[in-house]
Amino acid sequence: MDFTFLDLNLIWFVLIGVLFSGYAMLDGFDLGVGALHLLMKTDHERRVSINSIGPVWDGNEVWLVTGGGALFAAFPDVYATLASGFYFAVMLLLMSLIFRAISIEFRSKHHSPAWRQFWDVSFSVSSIVATLVLGIALGNLVMGIPLGPDKEYAGTFLGLFNPYALLVGVTTVALFMMHGAIYLCLKTEGEIHEKVRGWINNCIIFFIICYATTTMATLVYIPEMAEKFRLSPVLFLIPLVNMLAIANIPREIYHGRDLLALLSSCVAMTALIALFGVGIFPHIVLSNPLPEYSLTVYNASGSQKSLNYMLNIAVIGIPFVLSYTVAIYWIFRGKVELTADSY
Amino acid sequence: MDVLLLSRIQFALTVAFHYLYPPLSIGLGIIMVIMEGMYLKTKNPLYHSMTRFWVKVFGLTFAIGVATGIVMEFEFGTNWATYSRYVGDIFGSALAAEGIFAFFLESGFLAVLLFGWDKVKPWVHFVSAIMVCLGAHFSSIWIVVAGSWMQTPAGYHIVGQGMEARAEITDFWAMVFNPSSMDRLMHVVLGCWQAGATLVLSISAYYLLRNRHREFAQASMKIALTVALFASVCQLISGHHSAELVAEHQPPKMAAMEAHYPESAPADLYLFGWVDEKNQRVNFGIRIPRMVSVLLYGDPDAPVTGLNAFPKEDRPPVNVVFQFYHIMVAIGFTLIALNVTGMFMLLRGKLFECRPLLWAFVFSVLGPQIANQAGWFTAEVGRQPWIVYGLLRTSEALSKTVTANMVLTSLIMFTVIYLLLFVLFIFLLDRKIKHGPEDVEHLADRQRA
Repeated sequence: MDFTFLDLNLIWFVLIGVLFSGYAMLDGFDLGVGALHLLMKTDHERRVSINSIGPVWDGNEVWLVTGGGALFAAFPDVYATLASGFYFAVMLLLMSLIFRAISIEFRSKHHSPAWRQFWDVSFSVSSIVATLVLGIALGNLVMGIPLGPDKEYAGTFLGLFNPYALLVGVTTVALFMMHGAIYLCLKTEGEIHEKVRGWINNCIIFFIICYATTTMATLVYIPEMAEKFRLSPVLFLIPLVNMLAIANIPREIYHGRDLLALLSSCVAMTALIALFGVGIFPHIVLSNPLPEYSLTVYNASGSQKSLNYMLNIAVIGIPFVLSYTVAIYWIFRGKVELTADSY
Repeated sequence: MDVLLLSRIQFALTVAFHYLYPPLSIGLGIIMVIMEGMYLKTKNPLYHSMTRFWVKVFGLTFAIGVATGIVMEFEFGTNWATYSRYVGDIFGSALAAEGIFAFFLESGFLAVLLFGWDKVKPWVHFVSAIMVCLGAHFSSIWIVVAGSWMQTPAGYHIVGQGMEARAEITDFWAMVFNPSSMDRLMHVVLGCWQAGATLVLSISAYYLLRNRHREFAQASMKIALTVALFASVCQLISGHHSAELVAEHQPPKMAAMEAHYPESAPADLYLFGWVDEKNQRVNFGIRIPRMVSVLLYGDPDAPVTGLNAFPKEDRPPVNVVFQFYHIMVAIGFTLIALNVTGMFMLLRGKLFECRPLLWAFVFSVLGPQIANQAGWFTAEVGRQPWIVYGLLRTSEALSKTVTANMVLTSLIMFTVIYLLLFVLFIFLLDRKIKHGPEDVEHLADRQRA
């Protein structure tokens, strides 16, 4: 089909936002489960924690892979600039994803306590590091990074660890921990369930503190992010939805409706990504201090033809993807049960 | 060392290590589907026990395949940013298609395959096995399409000049069906089937030699041997086609594979040898005169374009390509001989007692792995000095912001982690083999329960 009458660049900017929102909503909870993993004390508790994400973590990570592929195709310059400019950060992310995958896979294959303890720590640390790296990258994109006229990153590795980016990194960890705690609550029963329920309030408070600080820091230091909201007040609906969704989480938890709490948390995440998208548009990678070198939705994209082919692929593929994702979550609904097939 | 060499080493290391696993998943995928299909048809719990065991082995190879595959997705951008800008319009869309059409399918249904035994009906489980197997094959389609486009680019035009130049897509289907993609896909998939089948053969033969799980091992061997025989014979035909295509589209690579130097003359075939690149000759070799001309054109007098027809800076390294190519071909023929002998003995009812042959099958698992790697090295080193054949040189494709020290650091990290991964993989596979399949009786009880 020919979609070239549409603003394909804008559509792809939104679609990549959708893919990364999918990633945040889905892999977000299993990264969060990882971050909380060491708070589980006994082997049984830790097995429940790992098996709560057992059948789905792998599929969740595919959202990142597909998001990366879509970015490569739709905005090759953005993919190339970020991956090479953030070289060590990307390597750190890749190493943590490798360790995470094998920790989940290897932990239960051997009975020795030392073996299990090693993979438990590795699972938890790698989950936290992966989340932190993603958050720090996001923080840098909000602030803008130094780019040269050749579209290449002109900063340093240590330059990525500025206070604002670190703040966004910690906020992301807090967000995923909250999300993971809600998910664990949904998937567990009995004593473990009560234990996790006890963590949730702390997680929510930790997240709200981080979130409020980040919002203030953004408004004070990066007022440009708020400009679009001043120009078209209707966009203010997004932060409003975000606030309401966050406020709804403790309410649903209080009433014992864990699934609704998880969905609220998903809405909050999507709204946060939408806030980010609206704030930076039309830039994808803002150049700071020389904004004329920024990579935008229009100067960093693939050809119209390619964007159109890709949109066809997406239109055909996404219904399939959504249908099996729903089917898999439906099959594995309900509380975790440890069986002979479990990790 | 310079950043170009380090980046090439890192890419070769990460992709070669990754490529130990997907062929196993693809090959085991086919075998799992056959086994589970036979279980559904016959209701014989033996097939149930077989399916369960090989699904577990599949799960292990798949996990490492995913963990190392995600590296590849981002490594184009980290180390080859200029290349990524140049080809993103084309290469990126194939990668994205792989994610959407293959990875979601594979990873989603794998959950049912591994953890869904008691949660879904048997036929749903079987459909999941088919989906996982299809997903694994789909992913090979898209990645081979992307890789083949780098060998024989089609369906594109070049926009911009100098540093701004890049390839843009003009015709999606011409890109997908570029001259070498379908042929290479065939060759790759047949190699994968052999990798999976020999793993099953190897473990089963080992059980027979140790006199354990005899019934299980014999039934597994029959299925795997059929797949291996079929794939290894077809591979011969596919390999022949691939060579003809290389001769047509990438004559310098063909010339390097056979160490053929004269600008235009009938070419000899060497069974093996060592290329003296300086004096342009092959030492210590056994030569069949004019055989390459016969194989390619059916005529002993047909001239084959040799390396001297191309400027020095456009030629691939000759001996490396020659050696990898010859290793691949030699293993291919050995596997055919082994599989034919095995099938012959099986039909005569003597395979399971023939210990030397069983030992040969135990080691046969190395054959496709080495041949698959050697084949890729032939293809990729043979494409040098180009990263996209005829369009972009490897030396011009690097990331501008990445220095040699950065690559050295990440290369050391990858080497250490991959070594660890490999040791753990072998350790766990060994435990799985020692543990063996679940008892048929035990499974039958569980079903009744």
